[in-house]
Amino acid sequence: MDLAYTPEEEDFRARLRTWLAGVLPALPPKPSPDDWPARRAYDLGWQRMLYDAGYAGLHWPVDAGGRGATPTQHLIYLEETEKAGAPYVGANFVGLLHAGPTIASEGSAGQRARWLPPVLRGEEVWCQGFSEPGAGSDLAALRTRAWRDGDDYVVSGSKIWTSHAEVADWCELLVRTDPGARKHRGITWLAMPMDAPGITVRPLRTLAGSTEFAEVFLDEVRVPVANRVGAENDGWRVTMVTLSYERGTAFVGEVVACRRVLAEVAREARKNGRWDDAALRRRLGRLNAEFRALWRLTQWNVSEAQGTGGVPGVGGSVFKLSYSHARQELFDAAAEVLGPEALDQGRQWTLDRLSSLSYTIAAGTSQIQRNIVAERILGLPKGR
Amino acid sequence: MDFRLTDDQRALRQGIRELLEGRFGREELRAALGRAERRGGATDGKHPEGGQVLDRRLWRELGAAGFFALRLAEAEGGVGQGLPEAVLAFEEAGRVLLPGPLIATHLAAGAVAGAATGEVVVTSVGAGLVEWLDEADVVRGNAAGAEPLASVDPLTPLHRLPASTDRRPGGGELRAPWPPDTLLASLLTAAEQLGSAARTCETAVQHARTREQFGQPIGAFQAVQHLCAGMLVRVEVARAAVYAASVTADPVDIAAARLLADEAAVRGARDCLQVHGGMGFTWESDVHLHLKRAWIRTHRAGEATQGEEELADDLVAGTV
Ligand SMILES: Cc1cc2nc3c(=O)[nH]c(=O)nc-3n(C[C@H](O)[C@H](O)[C@H](O)COP(=O)(O)OP(=O)(O)OC[C@H]3O[C@@H](n4cnc5c(N)ncnc54)[C@H](O)[C@@H]3O)c2cc1C
Repeated sequence: MDLAYTPEEEDFRARLRTWLAGVLPALPPKPSPDDWPARRAYDLGWQRMLYDAGYAGLHWPVDAGGRGATPTQHLIYLEETEKAGAPYVGANFVGLLHAGPTIASEGSAGQRARWLPPVLRGEEVWCQGFSEPGAGSDLAALRTRAWRDGDDYVVSGSKIWTSHAEVADWCELLVRTDPGARKHRGITWLAMPMDAPGITVRPLRTLAGSTEFAEVFLDEVRVPVANRVGAENDGWRVTMVTLSYERGTAFVGEVVACRRVLAEVAREARKNGRWDDAALRRRLGRLNAEFRALWRLTQWNVSEAQGTGGVPGVGGSVFKLSYSHARQELFDAAAEVLGPEALDQGRQWTLDRLSSLSYTIAAGTSQIQRNIVAERILGLPKGR
Repeated sequence: MDFRLTDDQRALRQGIRELLEGRFGREELRAALGRAERRGGATDGKHPEGGQVLDRRLWRELGAAGFFALRLAEAEGGVGQGLPEAVLAFEEAGRVLLPGPLIATHLAAGAVAGAATGEVVVTSVGAGLVEWLDEADVVRGNAAGAEPLASVDPLTPLHRLPASTDRRPGGGELRAPWPPDTLLASLLTAAEQLGSAARTCETAVQHARTREQFGQPIGAFQAVQHLCAGMLVRVEVARAAVYAASVTADPVDIAAARLLADEAAVRGARDCLQVHGGMGFTWESDVHLHLKRAWIRTHRAGEATQGEEELADDLVAGTV
């Protein structure tokens, strides 16, 4: 059990800090949350700066154009960029954290050369077209169909909850190519250009009033067979492989941010007098324990990932269950501190309270995570 | 950074687990429970038969194995290990419900003659309560006027201190810093709670795999699965906190570890009881022993109210 960073890791941290201190003051102002073209430009601009400084694709393998950093370096990177107030990964999320890694591990040399560099350089945005109206938690029930027609697949169906669809250049799309096969078998992974004819994107408003995601309707969209990653009908496996890229680092920056917010909430309570309420103080104290523990659990998971060579430990589901709950509790506590002011949607904590509601739903609901923990970690029999 | 257990730490944990499985398995636990009941410790704290509940031979074996002298320097006859190793050892003790004032004796090694070797049983005065007062050879702290109470856990006889006794270890001002031993005792308590929580989670899972109702193992019912998943989440989050606190020995880290481990142990035992159905409500099952011991541990110095206040203070102290 060693929590001390090595001299090399500290050196990496020091150089990163110096670089951040130099570039962050020169960043353009953050665009308004509703101005999607401006948000795209801002997020890509930041990615370009990372690229120029050698920090792009830090956790990607070197042969995919990445830096081959260790999970611990990635942890340090995420911790330091958050502490310095650097921009989030934003619209680059799917490209850097899902579609890119999928292509890096399953794509052909040509596919890697075509798609990976623009992600690293901040030139192209990806979105993820997995969920459908009839296939959410039960993703493998997806029904969007693709037929072979010469050198193309012809795709019809609809996707939903597609984040960043409005500004994406590419969509990592799961389609059904063999409706006769068992449900996990007949699925194929395609890279679909978002400007192809037949695609209609209809933004959906979230409960916070913003348009973070969209419905995507596909009406006989032609996608070249060359855009298929992995074999036909092997898309389920192709998709699952990618999860190993995360290596315990999901949510690192967010936990750091939550700890900062918690301290701000406590200071606000001191200022407005609510601190005199012992029940509130104790609630904040308990949250402090939880977020401290989540930080340690992150270090634990990262150490495991580093030790086992990149395969994620079972910690991911455990972490997500605990973190998503703690995040919701944090902003509920913030609301208690704010009192009636918490009803003002002009306040960041109010917006964060609203958006925290998605954490127990997106990327596998809490119920699905508990199923995973029960069946895959604890080895309980599969439910009927 | 490599937070994982070292090979030596794994070996140490394995060694202690084997020792305890061999010397304090279910039979010995039940035998100790029988002695405690015959002695009446569970009801009035008196010794109608004058019998001892603690197995002194086991105590000396623990001493010989280095359990009490684990952190004592080798020059002083100890094993020369650190807090992380001690935490692993106490986690194992918590798993098997090993009875006795283990923490007080461990902390007395080097300070009280015979403690390190297990020749002497040492207890210490806690926050309003003293554990094992009648069987201890040495009592640290002021136990004057302590009165026995009918301890809910037969394997942890308790005395209550008179109301006038200063309950705050170190005495005096409410926010006075904790004496180092109190902090360590709180961390080792957290380690015991962690072990208990991990054990009740395993026990619940085991039962859920084998007990059948409606023609299937109850572990296939999602309601049962989710109880078990919740138990594991609390265990693993607490584990990260407890292990980290053993590395940093930081008072706020220890407060966090204790808070989460207390919760993991108490809620874990309750959920384990629920998964066992009627069987869980019997004396015959060990679940209640875990729950009762966990309850008692939550009352040791460093309990939740205190911990939460310290963790709240930390937020405004600006060290986050
Ligand atoms: C903010 C946000 C962004 C998203 N971005 C994307 C994206 O970019 N691309 C994409 O493809 N998808 C995206 N999603 C979709 C997300 O993955 C799904 O919402 C999620 O998988 C749940 O599916 P669902 O919404 O259909 O809910 P359902 O699956 O219908 O679930 C409804 C309720 O039933 C419960 N339930 C379902 N099955 C079970 C079961 N077996 N056991 C117990 N309970 C069960 C669920 O836990 C939930 O409480 C996003 C979602 C959100 C909220």
